[in-house]
Amino acid sequence: MSSRRMRLGLALAAGLLAVLGAVAASSSVGAQPISISAALAGVEPDRSILLGLRVPRALLAAVVGCGLAAAGTALQALLRNPLAEPFVLGVSGGAALGGSLVLLAAASLGGLPTGAGAVLGGAPPVAAGAVAGALLATVLVFGLGRIGDRLVPEAALLVGIVFNSFVAGVITLLKMLVPPEQASRLTYWLVGAIGYESGATAALGATLVALAVGALVALSARLNLLTLGDEEAASLGLDVRRVRALVFFAASAATGAAVALAGMVGFVGLIVPHIVRRVVGPDHRVLVPAAALFGAAFLVLADALARLAFRPLGTEPPVGAVTAFLGGPFFLWQLRRARGGEGSA
Amino acid sequence: MTAPAPEPRWPDPIVEARGASFAYGAAPALRDVSFSARAGEFVGLLGPNGAGKSTLVRLVAGLLAPAAGTVRLAGLDPFAAPRRTVARVCALVPQEPRIAWPFTVREAVMMGRAPRQGLLAMPSRFDRGAVEGALAACDLVHLADRRLDALSGGERRRVFFARALAQEPRVLLLDEPTAFLDLGHQVAAMHMATVAARGGLCVVAVLHDLNLAAAACDRVVVLSGGRVVAEGAPAAVLTADRVREVWGVPVWRGENGATGAAVVLPALERTP
Repeated sequence: MSSRRMRLGLALAAGLLAVLGAVAASSSVGAQPISISAALAGVEPDRSILLGLRVPRALLAAVVGCGLAAAGTALQALLRNPLAEPFVLGVSGGAALGGSLVLLAAASLGGLPTGAGAVLGGAPPVAAGAVAGALLATVLVFGLGRIGDRLVPEAALLVGIVFNSFVAGVITLLKMLVPPEQASRLTYWLVGAIGYESGATAALGATLVALAVGALVALSARLNLLTLGDEEAASLGLDVRRVRALVFFAASAATGAAVALAGMVGFVGLIVPHIVRRVVGPDHRVLVPAAALFGAAFLVLADALARLAFRPLGTEPPVGAVTAFLGGPFFLWQLRRARGGEGSA
Repeated sequence: MTAPAPEPRWPDPIVEARGASFAYGAAPALRDVSFSARAGEFVGLLGPNGAGKSTLVRLVAGLLAPAAGTVRLAGLDPFAAPRRTVARVCALVPQEPRIAWPFTVREAVMMGRAPRQGLLAMPSRFDRGAVEGALAACDLVHLADRRLDALSGGERRRVFFARALAQEPRVLLLDEPTAFLDLGHQVAAMHMATVAARGGLCVVAVLHDLNLAAAACDRVVVLSGGRVVAEGAPAAVLTADRVREVWGVPVWRGENGATGAAVVLPALERTP
């Protein structure tokens, strides 16, 4: 439909503007007041603060938000339930566990003279661990969320919640086993803070997120069919198992990369797709790219809000706290609405 | 943009099961069932709950594989063939279509074109034509931009029928097309199925209402306990004895004076 093309064009334009606006807004606020025009004119230290710290951080938040929102949109289609989300389903938890285990392995090898620990503690292995953990968690949740041969969304959500508690327990245990310095590094990572990653880490994470979101956009017409249910999708010509496996993989990769960059940032994949769906409608060919862009803008703004809100306390602000603060009540509100009739059949 | 290729010649009968068996776990659902249906024919699948009617439909649609025997759909093994190939010759209207996501009527009907579309399902001229034709055939033009969750049950059922027509199949499988519908919508559903069969499609419908089946179907197949126990013209198959035997209830069997179609009424005892 030409109306769909128009919606897609409008949604993408609005999404790009939102990302640019959010990055600009986020870059102009912080502990140290700076002048953007001075920074762009090359005046120090404004220039270093803007281009060396704030813009990279905002872009990092954008990458994380983009990955989480796209993954949430895809998981909601797979589960046919608007409550599905990487954090709630335990996919983020699996990624955190995978990354933590790699970091722990790195710490235990750190004493060796070969430098194996340093290599393993670097960005690629931790990201790989996070992606593998996310994938395993997805397979586990969707495998155990079945009654007989049928995927039961409520059961899958419950499995995800239980898996989250399990992961939290294991990670607590890991923190007690590693040296205090490693434990605090782990804590700071997992709390969901957008830090100042090295260029290599950020580039790796951004590439992974871009590939995964690109795959989800390519699969978006098939996601529409998946929302109909397995048998209907199959009778409309979809190879359900193969497409579902591809969506699992892409959503897990996006989540894993986001967790590797920023730890556990919850509810972005719940709030953003929901609001975007209300505006652009349920067609995933518009919804997936629009949610990815607005997810990016959302997390950039949430991170800016975190930095402002926590400034009086004089502490490093985790954006995960802000999204949890917004997302928890939002989840409960959605749960009530879903029970009220609209949600799943 | 090229015109669609000329239609291949379809095997006759276009649907054929030979000695097909199937079990859900240890519970057998179909035992040694042979069944066929031809183009232009409206076949009713009858039988009590659990007789295996829906299972047979799923075997024909290729959603399940027979444990023994063979199933052929337009010459294909529908379970082994690529899903897209099967979906171009066979459409299935499910019993209770699920509406988890509020697509519009036109968007939902356009999904019937999915087996003929590319990666991002960009609609072609042919796709648009098929969708508008299906909307008109199902009296949905005035509802085309409404959301599915704003429709009544009967209207939704028409949407999923229209989606199946937009698929431009040769075989149309209907799983209880009249369930949960009021009398007017039941008659409308049977009428749409009859029109499809007269247009050359092979229509196979699971039906519970023996009178609707007797009035509309060219042929009925009665399943019981996973086996075919009778098949043929409705008037010949639906005798009082057979209905009592298969469904376990005494019935009054009469005839519609105008059409000669069988009429079956359960002989309910009045409790004083």
